[in-house]
Amino acid sequence: MSARALAIVALSAAVLSACATVEPWERGALAKPEMALEPTPLLSALEAHVFISREAASGGGEAEGGGCGCN
Amino acid sequence: MKSTPNRYALAWRAMAAIVGVLFAGASAPASLLGQVAPNCPLQLSGAPSTNLAALRGQVVYLDFWASWCGPCALSFPFMNTLDHDLRARGLKIVALNMDEHSEDAQRFLGRRPATFAVASGDNASCARAFAVPGMPSTYLIDRNGVVRRVHSGFRRGDAESLRADIETLLAAPAP
Repeated sequence: MSARALAIVALSAAVLSACATVEPWERGALAKPEMALEPTPLLSALEAHVFISREAASGGGEAEGGGCGCN
Repeated sequence: MKSTPNRYALAWRAMAAIVGVLFAGASAPASLLGQVAPNCPLQLSGAPSTNLAALRGQVVYLDFWASWCGPCALSFPFMNTLDHDLRARGLKIVALNMDEHSEDAQRFLGRRPATFAVASGDNASCARAFAVPGMPSTYLIDRNGVVRRVHSGFRRGDAESLRADIETLLAAPAP
């Protein structure tokens, strides 16, 4: 890579970056429940439990058991 | 043309300079502790517009809050108690709302009525002047307009220490 290409890459990285400063008081939208990475933790835990208990291979999750999904 | 190591060095230096410029703007301003509080226009509920400097002579509890912030909801009953107990001794509580939509703030205040002054409108420039680190942020300002305590967040245990500091500031002689 020539120095010119390197300079172009550097300049693009600086100019085309999508970084924006979000001030602490601008996080109202981010604070909404639907913006959470895991919006329904209880439902997800239940679904994981059922899914893992039905899988033939054990050790897929923290749930133990013989495949009945009852523990 | 074959490039020489010198030209690489130049390019790297240019990149470092660009990155430096980008990050220089993001550095936080120095702490306001012990400094005279910046002046801010205040749009208080049911009062003509005023500013922070006009409150000099009182101990000011300046609180930045938003409806979506959980600890803010926790702090409102505490601030109501403070207002009830210490207003007569010269405490002025001003809660600056930072909501982007004022109806969110109205809904919050409908559920958690405030007896103290709530400042509505665009308070972003004020928050920037105070370099608000998070929500909620509390600034205790003494009777001379000097910031005496900067407190970020609100947990149940914070109430006693905040109250103790306010009592100390109230006991200090007026200018």
